[in-house]
Amino acid sequence: MRRVVTGIALAALLTLTACGGGETPQEGAAVTITMWTRAATQAQSERLVKAYNAGHKNQVKLTVIPTDNYQPRIAAAAGAKQLPDVFAADVIFVPNYTSQGLFLDITDRIDALPYKAGLAPSHMKLGTMDGRQYTLPHTLDLSVWFWNKDLYAKAGLDPEKGPKTLKEFAEHATAVQDKLGGDGKVHGTFFGGNCGGCYVFTFWPSVWAAGGQIMNAEGTASLNDQAAMSEVFAIWRGLYDKGVTGPTAKEEQGPTWTGYFAKGEIGVMPMPSTTLGLMPADLKIGVAPIAGPSGGESTFVGGDSVGISSTTEHADAAWEFLSWTVSDEAQVEVMAKNKDVLARTDLAANAHSAKDPRVVLINSLVAKGQTPYAPRFGQTFNDPQGPWLRLAREAMFGDTTKVARLNAEVTASLQQ
Amino acid sequence: MRLTAARSRRAMGWVYAAPTALIVGVLFLAPLVLVVWMSLHRWPLLGSAAFNAPANYLKIAGNPLFLDAVLFTLKYTVITTVLLSLVALGLALLVQERRPGITFFRTAFFLPGAVGFAAAALLFYGLLNNDFGPIDPLLRAVGLIDEPVKWIGTPDMALFSTIALVVWRFAGFNMLILLTGLQAIPVEVYEAARSDGAGRWQIFTRITLPLLRPTLALMLILSVTGSLLAFDQFFVFTNGGPDNSTVSMVMVIYREAFFRFDLGGAAALSVVLLVALVGLNALMMRRLR
Repeated sequence: MRRVVTGIALAALLTLTACGGGETPQEGAAVTITMWTRAATQAQSERLVKAYNAGHKNQVKLTVIPTDNYQPRIAAAAGAKQLPDVFAADVIFVPNYTSQGLFLDITDRIDALPYKAGLAPSHMKLGTMDGRQYTLPHTLDLSVWFWNKDLYAKAGLDPEKGPKTLKEFAEHATAVQDKLGGDGKVHGTFFGGNCGGCYVFTFWPSVWAAGGQIMNAEGTASLNDQAAMSEVFAIWRGLYDKGVTGPTAKEEQGPTWTGYFAKGEIGVMPMPSTTLGLMPADLKIGVAPIAGPSGGESTFVGGDSVGISSTTEHADAAWEFLSWTVSDEAQVEVMAKNKDVLARTDLAANAHSAKDPRVVLINSLVAKGQTPYAPRFGQTFNDPQGPWLRLAREAMFGDTTKVARLNAEVTASLQQ
Repeated sequence: MRLTAARSRRAMGWVYAAPTALIVGVLFLAPLVLVVWMSLHRWPLLGSAAFNAPANYLKIAGNPLFLDAVLFTLKYTVITTVLLSLVALGLALLVQERRPGITFFRTAFFLPGAVGFAAAALLFYGLLNNDFGPIDPLLRAVGLIDEPVKWIGTPDMALFSTIALVVWRFAGFNMLILLTGLQAIPVEVYEAARSDGAGRWQIFTRITLPLLRPTLALMLILSVTGSLLAFDQFFVFTNGGPDNSTVSMVMVIYREAFFRFDLGGAAALSVVLLVALVGLNALMMRRLR
């Protein structure tokens, strides 16, 4: 009997050591790390991973997850302790993820980077908690106005002059609609009317450009019932009421809101800067900063941050990849070459970006734009069942007298 | 000696039941106990849980989204169950008799049931889409509508479009259940009724319906339970919109867990829903027996 027990114990020990051996790579052996990213910034992540895999012994296996499904997938994976080694996240969700303990503290590793001071400040701010740093900027996605130069010319507008104020934006959109909208195909403008994240990304910069705010600095009180926001809503509502926006704007839930401009059917609309490199070559596009009702310039500095998951067993390999993504080589030869905004402000003036004045403009907006901070951002503003979408839809299509009450619900959600 | 035989018979019984017991234990009882346990704690994504009962249960009353979802899910369940039963019964009566070509119709009616539910929801989203869906242009071409129909643009339309999807997807399957019930009714009973001079309507109300009662009960229980647990159709097709008008109870549970990361609160909602479902099913089984 004793021999049997000893045998079982030995077998168990062997199995355990075998498992352990598999998880701890030997010195110098190649490691494959896993990475998740969301579909919205898929192109940039894929390019970075491809370039990294081509030049390194360690490899990265990238999984792209539909944007709307990304947060639930991260939550499910975290609950099951099955997070990938590295994952990117919409920068506005980072404070929440950090507070949930999903990211590894990489303060000391970041401190050792020679170009630390050049890392995009808004992304770095949202990746910092209690003085410790958890993420690096991965992609920068800024909201800007795109205008279709061909449609502008056909509508009798100057194709080289984009709007300088939100009121001018409305005039241009209305002109395109009036002159070219007869066939029902072309529309003056478009927006994601049933998509909380779209409103935030495209409307808030007009408030910032006018010197207003949409939340307090702590991200615990909503100011979306105040005059600065109401004025922006009123201008957009006017466009919807006059039929200047596409008829499906009210129902647009988000996945397809950027698709109409690429088809050449929209005169002028707010768009993510990351889509500039993806537009058809024959589409002549002008880019202007988002303005307030009477002027100013601002942008929502969105995009993704990337961090090492707190459950990884390959922290060193993960950092080797992460630090490479913000290196001169990756930023200039991969990101700038494809007209993307750089994660480092010290490289903004590079040979690739200089070729396209639109890219120079977008890069220059990084310093003027904002990334709102709120620990409860996702559940309040992005979640379709959250209170913000109801507020925005009442302001745009419904009863504006309900906005004050709904704003209190937004604040309550921010404080949960 | 007899005692030993009885004991070994009992032991064999346990052995036979063991595989099923193991599956039920691992896949049902263990998760159930875990969910109840979670509902008594503040349960973070990573890290250790903290006991906080009954806080997760108490805050349900202060969750207006869930209370609205209860009412909406009940409304959806009643309409869906009634419509689905009528359509399924109609289809089953249509194809119950063996006639040339009847297999084709049975297969055709059942076929939507072979499409995955999420895929079916996506299919309807595409078909009814105002930008690229073919239904609007088709209806306009035959002169039935002048303006595009906002299939999921208003609360009522979103509800009825979803119900159309559910009836399309499940009517064939329910037809199959009812068909087995219809065919279990002996032909002699019908013949006796006919020779007693009963008409078609009388045969249907006095013979078919009463003898179909156990099968109808099964279908009702499946439909009510399935509707109260509705998720895929709303999550994929309407995304709870417009303006939170089509948020089902399970969608709220999903939101609490995966958007708000409140796993304890989501577990408490799940326990409440489970208790309500068990109670409702017990009641239905007693009434329909």
